[in-house]
Amino acid sequence: MPTTLTMPALSPTMSEGTIARWVKREGDRVEPGEVIAEIETDKATVEFEAVDEGVLGRILVPEGASAKVGEPIAVLLEEGEDASAVEMVPTAEEAAAPTPPAAVREPSAPASGATPATAVAAPQPLVRGALPPEPEIPPGTRMVKMSVREALRDAMAEEMRRDPEVFLMGEEVGQYGGAYKVSQGLLEEFGEKRVIDTPITEYGFTGIGVGAAFAGLKPIVEFMTWNFAMQAIDHIVNSAAKTLYMSGGQVRCPVTFRGPNGAAARVAAQHSQEYSSWYAHVPGLKVVAPYTAADAKGLLKAAIRDPNPVIVLENEILYGHTFEVPEVEDWVVPIGRARIAREGRHVTLVSFSRWVGLALEAAEVLAREGIEAEVVDLRTLRPLDRTTVVESLKKTNRMVVIEEGWPVCGIGAELAAVAMEDAFDWLDAPVVRVTGADVPMPYAANLERLALPRLDQVVEAAKQVCYRD
Amino acid sequence: MCAAARKARRKTTKAAAEDGAETAVAGKATLPPPDLLFRFLRDMLLIRRFEEKAGQLYGMGIIAGFCHLYIGQEAVATGVVRALDLRRDTVVTSYRDHGHMLVCGTDPKVVMAELAGRITGCSKGKGGSMHMFDTARHFYGGHGIVGAQVPIGTGLAFAHRYRGDGGLCACFFGEGAANQGQVYEAFNMAELWKLPVLYVIENNRYAMGTRLDRATAQPDLYRRGEAFAIPGDFVDGMDVIAVYNKTREVLPFVREKGPFVLEARTYRYRGHSMSDPAKYRSREEVEEVRRHHDPIDQLRRLMLEHGYASEAELKEVDREIRAVINEAARFAQDSPEPPPEELERDVYVEG
Repeated sequence: MPTTLTMPALSPTMSEGTIARWVKREGDRVEPGEVIAEIETDKATVEFEAVDEGVLGRILVPEGASAKVGEPIAVLLEEGEDASAVEMVPTAEEAAAPTPPAAVREPSAPASGATPATAVAAPQPLVRGALPPEPEIPPGTRMVKMSVREALRDAMAEEMRRDPEVFLMGEEVGQYGGAYKVSQGLLEEFGEKRVIDTPITEYGFTGIGVGAAFAGLKPIVEFMTWNFAMQAIDHIVNSAAKTLYMSGGQVRCPVTFRGPNGAAARVAAQHSQEYSSWYAHVPGLKVVAPYTAADAKGLLKAAIRDPNPVIVLENEILYGHTFEVPEVEDWVVPIGRARIAREGRHVTLVSFSRWVGLALEAAEVLAREGIEAEVVDLRTLRPLDRTTVVESLKKTNRMVVIEEGWPVCGIGAELAAVAMEDAFDWLDAPVVRVTGADVPMPYAANLERLALPRLDQVVEAAKQVCYRD
Repeated sequence: MCAAARKARRKTTKAAAEDGAETAVAGKATLPPPDLLFRFLRDMLLIRRFEEKAGQLYGMGIIAGFCHLYIGQEAVATGVVRALDLRRDTVVTSYRDHGHMLVCGTDPKVVMAELAGRITGCSKGKGGSMHMFDTARHFYGGHGIVGAQVPIGTGLAFAHRYRGDGGLCACFFGEGAANQGQVYEAFNMAELWKLPVLYVIENNRYAMGTRLDRATAQPDLYRRGEAFAIPGDFVDGMDVIAVYNKTREVLPFVREKGPFVLEARTYRYRGHSMSDPAKYRSREEVEEVRRHHDPIDQLRRLMLEHGYASEAELKEVDREIRAVINEAARFAQDSPEPPPEELERDVYVEG
C-alpha cells in the first residue's frame, strides 16, 4: 500500500509551504530519518525527513511550487511495489482531512434558567459542595491564652508527632529557633532530620521541598518572610500548583509554605509587601491568612494535612498577640470557611489577617454612633467562602473591605465582584475598599502610617455606605 | 584532567569495586551480556522510531505546541536508566522527556496519546509533550521550566534519604540548564546533606540555538560540582555501553556517599523544537555525527562484529519496533480528546 506524504506543519504557525528542493528523486530509495526535501516555511527553510522506508514513487508538487499544510506532496511506495500503485492513493481532499477526534470539543451550553450573573462566563472558582463544618468546642472546654507564635509552633509540633513524614525546612528554623522564634523548641524535640536549617537559597530549597512532596513527604517550608519567596515563586506556582493537573491527577504535592506576610514596621518596600492576591490568584493553591491564635493553630494543622499545596500567610505583628485557644485534643479549623468575628446588622466589614483587628476596632467606634457593624474574618482566601460573605451582605446590604495589599486586582476587588455576581439586588450602596496605598512601602514613620489602612478610613467608609456623615 | 575529576575517578572506581559489579572497568572494556545489548538496541530504536513518528504526526497537525525530539541522544537515557534499579530509584528530566519515559517502561501508546492531547494519555491529555509523568514507573516528569527539575530531583533524593529506602534519583538536565542559578542552589544542598542524586548533564552542544562555548564561561560541565566538592566525570553520550558502564560504576558512590555529576557528551540531530530551522550549525556537522557517531548504528555494528546478532535478527527487531510505533500512533489518533468535565478535574486533590 503506498503512503501519501503531505505538506508537514513545521512550526506552530505554518499554514503553507514551498518545496525549495527535492533531495530525493522519483525512484530513489528512502530510509527513515533521511532528508527527502527542503521546504520553505513562513519562518525558514527546513528539512523534511522520511519516517517510513520505501521508494519515492511520485512527486506531486514540483520544486518552487507551494502546497497547504496537509496537502499531498509525494507518494512513497513499499519496496517491490509497482509504480501503478500510486493510483490507489486517496485524493487530495481525502488525504488532507485529518481524522477528527471523537470527543465533543465544546462544553455543553449552560442550562436554561440560570441567573443572568452566571449564565455568561461564570468564572466560578473551584469551590465544591457545602461549607466545611466549624470544629466543635465541647461544653466545659478550657480556653487557654496563647500567642499566635505559640499556636503556630504547637500546630507544627502536634502534626510532626502525629505523622513522621512531616518535616520543617527553612532558614534559621533549627539552631536559631526561627528568625521570629516560631519554631522554637522543635529542633530539640524532633532532631536535625526533621528540623532542617537551609542555606539562604529560597529558589533551591523550595524546589527541594516540592520534589520531596512529589515523593509523598509532607514538608513545611518556612520563608523567613514572604518577600523572599518571590525568589521561589516559580516552584510555588509552576511546580507545586500545576503538577497535579499537568499529570492528570498522578502527582500530588502535599506541601505547606508558611511565613510572615505584609508590612512589619519600618523595614521599607522590599521587606513589606502583602502577597494575598498573588497567591489567591493561582488555581491549584489553597491560601489561608488567619487572625486569631485559634485559627492560626487550626488552619496550620489543616494545611499540613491537606493533600494540596497550601500557602499560610502569617503576620509578624500578630505573632506576639494573645488570644484564647480551646484546649481540645486535636484542634483543626477547616480551610475554606470564613468566620463571623462580630455580629451586626447595618454594614459588613470584611477583612483577614491583622486587619480583622482594625475592623473590630472600627466596629466598636461605629457602635458608639449607633451603627452595628458585622465583621467577617475570611481566614481562607482560596477557596474563598463566598457564602458567608454573601449571607452577611444580604443581611446588612452594605460592605466595606479592608486589606493591606495594593488596591489593583486585590482581594477587595474580588469581593466587590462577588457582591455584584451573587448579591447585586441586595446592595444598597457600592462596595467600598480600604486598602494599602498604591505605592511601594515608604520607610518614614509618618508615610508608613499613611500607606496602611487606618481606623478613621474604615469608620468613614462604613458611614459612607450607610449614607451617614 | 583536573584534580576533582581524578579524585572522582578514584572514588568511583573504588565504589564499583565494593559493589562487586562485573563492570569494574570503565568504558567499553567490559561488554554487557548480549541480551542486555539487545535491550539497549530495542530501547534506542523504540525512542528513535517513536520520535520520528511524533515528528510526522506533528507535521500532520495531530501533535501541536512545543515538541522537543530526543533523536541522537538515545544512548544517554537508555544507558543511565538501564543501570538504575527502578524498583527503588526515581527519574526526573526536562521537557525533552519522551525518551526517558519510554525507557522507564511507559507504554508508547500512552505517551503518544499524551502528545496528541487525548484522554488516554499519561496526563489525560492535560500535560502534553513537556509535562508527562508515570509515578508507577518512578518517572517524575517532564518539567517545562529550564532547570526546575534539578531542585525537584534533589527533593526526590531527599525523600530517598529521609525514608532510608536505598533509592537514588537520576536527575537529567541539559547543558543549557546547567547555567541556571537554581542548579547550584540544589548542588550545594545535595552535597551538604549527602543526598543520593546522580546529576546527568546531557550536553548536546546547543541550548536552543546557542552553542556551548557562546553561553558558558567554563565548558567542562562535569566540573560544575567542584565548588561544592561534588565529584564528576564525563562519558561519550553517543555510546550506550560507555554510558551504562559509567553509570553502574558511579551508582554505589551516589547511594552511599552522595551526589555525582555525570556529563554525557551527546548530539541532537533535530532542531531544539519542531519550529527550529537549525540555522546555527552546518548541515555537515549534523551529517558527520549521524554518519560516524550514531548511537544505534554503533551498537548495531558492534553486535554484528561480535556475532551477537545477524543482519536478519536486527532487521526483525526493526520490524517489531516499527509495529509497536505504528500501533501507538493509531491508538493516539483513535483515542478521544478529554471530555469537557476534565477541564476542572485534577486542580485539587479532593477530600
